[in-house]
Amino acid sequence: MTLYGIIFYILAAVIVIATGLAITRRNLVHAVIYLIISFFGSAMLYFLFGAPLLAALEIIIYAGAIMVLFLFIIMMLRVDPTALRRPSLRHWLPAGILGIIYLAVAALVVITDPGSQATLKTAMARPRALGQFLFQRYWLSVEIISFLLLIALIGALYLARAFLKESREQSEGEL
Amino acid sequence: MDWIVGFLVLIIKLALVLGGLLLLAAYLVLLERKFLGRLQIRYGPNRAGPFGVLQPLADTIKMLTKEDAVPEAADRVLFLLAPAVVAAEALLIFAVVPFGTSVTLLGKKIPMVITDLNVGLLFVFALASLGVYGVALGGWASNSKYSLLGGIRGAAQMISYELSLGLSLVPIVMLARSFSLVDIVRAQANYPFILVQPVSFTIFFISAMAETKRIPFDLPEAENELGAGYHTEYSGMRFGLFFLGEYVNLQVFGALVAVFFLGGWRGPILPPVVWFLVKILAVSILMIWVRGTLPRLRYDQLMHLGWKVLIPVALLNIVITGAVLLL
Amino acid sequence: MKSAWEAVAALATGFATTFKHLFRKPITEEYPEYKRPLPERTRAVIILTRDPDGGERCVACYLCSATCPVSCISMQSAEREDGRRYASWFRINFARCIYCGLCEQACPTSAIQLTPYFETCERDILKLVYEKEDLLVDHGGKDNEYNFYKYAGVVTKVGDKGAHIKEAEPVDIKSNLP
Ligand code: SF4
Ligand code: SF4
Repeated sequence: MTLYGIIFYILAAVIVIATGLAITRRNLVHAVIYLIISFFGSAMLYFLFGAPLLAALEIIIYAGAIMVLFLFIIMMLRVDPTALRRPSLRHWLPAGILGIIYLAVAALVVITDPGSQATLKTAMARPRALGQFLFQRYWLSVEIISFLLLIALIGALYLARAFLKESREQSEGEL
Repeated sequence: MDWIVGFLVLIIKLALVLGGLLLLAAYLVLLERKFLGRLQIRYGPNRAGPFGVLQPLADTIKMLTKEDAVPEAADRVLFLLAPAVVAAEALLIFAVVPFGTSVTLLGKKIPMVITDLNVGLLFVFALASLGVYGVALGGWASNSKYSLLGGIRGAAQMISYELSLGLSLVPIVMLARSFSLVDIVRAQANYPFILVQPVSFTIFFISAMAETKRIPFDLPEAENELGAGYHTEYSGMRFGLFFLGEYVNLQVFGALVAVFFLGGWRGPILPPVVWFLVKILAVSILMIWVRGTLPRLRYDQLMHLGWKVLIPVALLNIVITGAVLLL
Repeated sequence: MKSAWEAVAALATGFATTFKHLFRKPITEEYPEYKRPLPERTRAVIILTRDPDGGERCVACYLCSATCPVSCISMQSAEREDGRRYASWFRINFARCIYCGLCEQACPTSAIQLTPYFETCERDILKLVYEKEDLLVDHGGKDNEYNFYKYAGVVTKVGDKGAHIKEAEPVDIKSNLP
């Protein structure tokens, strides 16, 4: 096993453990922290695989922005962790089935390719190369995704409009 | 052999940069207090040593010897970790900042940057966006109203201004055609980018002040409404770490302004490192002057400025720069 | 557009003002080198004064002790043979005193008074507990002429019944004559 291999397994273990802790914590803030640690792990995996751009984006977007929003909302709402009910079997079941399917597929992949000949190679994807690749080969997907985001943005704007109007009417009614 | 030499050089560079940063942070505090004092027609600290030059030392001793109190209802681990996150994040950013040309020592070329990451600029953003955790978690873990309010304000403010901070630098990346800070400095060989991107500079400067939570934007601290905001409950050196983080951040943004807009270490006559320091200090003094002049913004004004002024202007700036570059 | 211009102009004025301040002489008064003369009625360390005849003014009435919001005055009252009351001991804990001046207002004899002297810093907090010997001074403080026993209807060396200022002769209750 090379040095990279060792680092890979350490990172993988950290990610799995952190994610496991994240979904079992009752304290929401702690759960968010573990999730951030797991994102960090994935970012470092990307870096290990020679995709520093992806690594940086993972941290900026997931760990740096989305998780802050999660934290923000948790802090605003002040959910009492003891008041949360344990999820019932009906909630558990779909997730459990999907998880089992996932594990089975993974096992299948490992079994059909015993020995796992594909060794870890370290390559380097420069940001420029990645950008060109993305916008030349996959320009259609990029456009579609940006359209989706635009639609979501407009939707959010519309909802906020309706809400604003309502609250304005309400405050006028009070006056 | 080569490997060992490289390692040694790296360690020495790290030690020098760390020592320099901490020393400069300590004296920036003094500079800020002195300069702010003069702006307000007072002297500022002048008791510890001649002209108060030993004041940072006295402050450090004071903070180290004070009790490190942890509130009973606090979330202990997070409470203890939060200040370290702030300080470490600020210090780590310097890993990608170039502070001089490479020097040749014993036949080996030593670049004056700790690591020249090809996504250096994004690395800076990644770390800057993590700084918000120190504030938000410190505020939450203290389990006190003022701290929580400070933490929430900090989180909202920092993620809002990160956007304009990032967008303001897109034109710079477009001009330099690289994310690496070394390349960005190299691209300013003929003229500093502030001459062609004054709008971008203004947006970056304002957003940087918001990111470092300095006075027109110090809502997370707001001493006259929130005690001391997110670090109300901290004492001793843990408060010191927040403080240190703040001033290292000031240097970081000074250095970033220098790298992105003022041509980095470039300058006539003086050696590059000195030029770099001069630029950092100039930016810091400008920020202190702003602090001595402007009152704190209200929360809605803060959000208005960020989302309705800075971000649209930054986007427009990107489009215009792109159009000019294409033509 | 006009408002934006106004905003910029306002900002510029602000920056110019603070910049000009840089070259002004600071107005700070540097304390140990320069001690500003404090007004006579500044409230700091407390003294126990004497009346013009040199007698202790304090009659140990406990009013100051009762009114003190932080309860930092304590004493023990006693009485001389001639009927004059005094405090056998009198103690003020300056580590607790908030220098509010209520004791001075409460005192019927003008005995307890606050002075402008404030430099009492100590490393040992117990040294801030002042005893009667530390508090007692040889002058009348702000109210030099006042002598409580010249007004009070108490028989002492200073005056018999009816001999005090603004006091009427005692009425002879055994007689009807006006
Ligand atoms: S000044 Fe106020 S606090 Fe001090 S002894 Fe008098 S009443 Fe008490
Ligand atoms: S100092 Fe004044 S108020 Fe206090 S016990 Fe003496 S006479 Fe009474």
